[in-house]
Amino acid sequence: MTTAISVSGLRKAFGRTQALDGLDLTVTTGEVHGFLGPNGAGKSTTIRVLLGLLRADGGRAELLGGDPWRDATELHRRLAYVPGDVTLWPTLSGGEVIDLLGRLRGGLDPKRRKDLLERFDLDPTKKGRTYSKGNRQKVALVAALASDVELLILDEPTSGLDPLMEEVFRECIARERQDGRTVLLSSHVLAEVEALCDRVSIIRNGKTVESGTLAELRHLTRTSITAELGSPLSGVDTMAGVHDYSAQGNKVQFEVDTAELDAVLRKLTEFGVRSLISQPPTLEQLFLRHYEVSA
Amino acid sequence: MNTLVGTGSLVRLVLRRERIQLPVWILVVSGIVAATASSFASLYPTVQSRQELAASIVNNPSILALSGPAQGLDTIGGMTEWKYGAVACVLVGLMAVFMTVRHTRADEETGRHELLGAGVVGRYAKLTATLIVVFGAGLAYALLIGFALTAQGLPAAGSFAMGLGIGGCVWFFSAVTAVAAQVSSSSRAANGIGGAVIGAAYLLRAAGDSAAEDGPRWLSWLSPIGWSQQMRPFAGERFWVLALFVVISVVLLGVGYALVGRRDIGAGLLPERAGRPSGVFGTFGLAWRLQRGILIGWTVGIVVLAGALGGISQSLKSILDSSPQVAQALQHLGGQQSLVDSFMAAILDVIGLAVSVYAIQAALRLRAEETAFRAEPVLAGSVARLRWAASHLAFALIGSAFLLAVAGTATGLAVGLTNGDVGTQLPRLLGAAMVQVPAVWVLAGIATALFGLLPRLTSLAWAALVVFLLLGQLGSLFQLSQWALDISPFTHLPKLPGGEFTVVPLIWLLVVTAALTLAGLAGFRRRDVG
Repeated sequence: MTTAISVSGLRKAFGRTQALDGLDLTVTTGEVHGFLGPNGAGKSTTIRVLLGLLRADGGRAELLGGDPWRDATELHRRLAYVPGDVTLWPTLSGGEVIDLLGRLRGGLDPKRRKDLLERFDLDPTKKGRTYSKGNRQKVALVAALASDVELLILDEPTSGLDPLMEEVFRECIARERQDGRTVLLSSHVLAEVEALCDRVSIIRNGKTVESGTLAELRHLTRTSITAELGSPLSGVDTMAGVHDYSAQGNKVQFEVDTAELDAVLRKLTEFGVRSLISQPPTLEQLFLRHYEVSA
Repeated sequence: MNTLVGTGSLVRLVLRRERIQLPVWILVVSGIVAATASSFASLYPTVQSRQELAASIVNNPSILALSGPAQGLDTIGGMTEWKYGAVACVLVGLMAVFMTVRHTRADEETGRHELLGAGVVGRYAKLTATLIVVFGAGLAYALLIGFALTAQGLPAAGSFAMGLGIGGCVWFFSAVTAVAAQVSSSSRAANGIGGAVIGAAYLLRAAGDSAAEDGPRWLSWLSPIGWSQQMRPFAGERFWVLALFVVISVVLLGVGYALVGRRDIGAGLLPERAGRPSGVFGTFGLAWRLQRGILIGWTVGIVVLAGALGGISQSLKSILDSSPQVAQALQHLGGQQSLVDSFMAAILDVIGLAVSVYAIQAALRLRAEETAFRAEPVLAGSVARLRWAASHLAFALIGSAFLLAVAGTATGLAVGLTNGDVGTQLPRLLGAAMVQVPAVWVLAGIATALFGLLPRLTSLAWAALVVFLLLGQLGSLFQLSQWALDISPFTHLPKLPGGEFTVVPLIWLLVVTAALTLAGLAGFRRRDVG
């Protein structure tokens, strides 16, 4: 397995603001990688460094086996980028922008262009200034997805799209993965990340705080337990990994770190379990935990 | 009056955003009025010395065309108005246009207007707040200039007449722009319309002021710059002319407000046409698409400007022919041909400055694309930074050379066709126009250097142009030392037609241009984008 993106210890400051503070990111070729973090965490800055638009102050970044700053022009032939906030030239039509961006990359597949225009229900004859936010986003998406490239870098690509179009987007990304393309997907739509991504990296304040498959990340979080027991429970609230413990007669409710689940359940059975509801962590909880600490 | 709700807060917002630019504009333009007056006071202290200067001006229609009517030239105030009045009107006109567009159409284009308009803000509040500030600035000019000149001991009536004439131009051009900002759907076009009106105003008064007794002198009355001169500061003030500024501005504002009430936010008056569903072009094709409209607009403007000024030069000739005394008086200055030549050289200087505006505008398109985040998707494509930069700089350099060639051709044809000697006039004036190219390129170079090295300060390129303009217009009056005058690239140009052609300074200017451009490109290669 080769790596498409390999970043370690990346640093970038804007004046006194330290935007990236030792960020690590590894994206394997052929995977769809979710790139998550609260607003201002440094996601777009990382992407701009990878595109050679910003020059890193320190650390190492490698993209498709090249240096993103030095080899920008050659590398850009092999990737397509969708910015989070798409601004178009007011006097150019959407179709012209798609062709322009395609030509500035490795080239455009006319059949896929036509197909994507239909699927995204986009009118290519309208001028840039008359498109809505969602339609501007579609212009950039069609240009990227119709391009003949190895790597897609998408910065919150579905912002402004309606649910129907989000669905179309998911289908397209699934097809990209089948075709063996690598995707770096920065997103806040957790359902989208859950549905599409093989692995995710969570960053906060310019540092990577978590990286791995979703299953691995779930393991690091808590399961919530509601139980009714034969006799009042004691001794569990002081066990390692137990949080938010509350008891009412024979009923208890608490959360437990997934790693400690086994020990806690053994303890529960000592008191005679009458009913047990166990809820795995939702993705939301996973992220809220990471996002909140930063606030 | 709920269509005006929120105006007060918006006025504060406009003032907050203009807190540096606005005071700088007002202080610089007014300060130069005061400095011009004190320079004249020390250079021509006696009435007799002033009358001598006046005698050489009154009969010289070419000087009248460039500056303004000869009136009150035996007073220090009258000389100040004659030398600087029209220039000041052009400068404050530019300020009024830019400022009005910045807070109306430009805010709509970027979507900021929408953000504000969704608050408790009346339909007319934004335009009204902008106009309150800009019209207030006009009043500030009037008062500041009035007091500054009175403080130097000049008559109060003339001082305030001059101030009001300049302030009135702020009002007029701001009102014109208030209409332009409704008609066009882009801020660039609105600025272009405003600039074209300023150019037309200058031309109309140039034609009127240089006309013969029985000629079309009424042309000056079609121009707001003409009105400010027709108020006759220091030469029997006619304050009633101020009513023209007020009435015409109010009429224009009425049109502007009516249009605001009729159109949607963000839209112009013309409906949006559909574009082509596809189109294949690359980096240079993109630059062409983005720059061609402006280049075409400038070409039309330059043809009109150069053709009209070339035509005026012929009317000068006929005035000189009809008056043997004048011709004789001018004989010792080098004769009629040299007079027309020096007029043409002065015209080409003005055109060189105008084309510099285009050169800076075209070069700074790079920065505009960058700050609008439109450079990002292009540079994320397989486009080397230098190639992208070159695609726009080509317009700054080749485009400005093209415009000067157009100017030379237009004046050459205008002069040649009326004289019947196109064969000699066309190459002569075309050559004279092309001599301006290296100086104009220096400004493109300055803009490029700023873009690459100090991208947040690219507007200093405009400041450089204003400094060069003032050095050329007023440098000798202020008796600045030669090295100060030498700062301006235009100082180094041979005075053509008529003067002697020297190639060395042109080569130096090209070397400076190359150095600035290369420095800018080197800086852009290593700096962050965005």
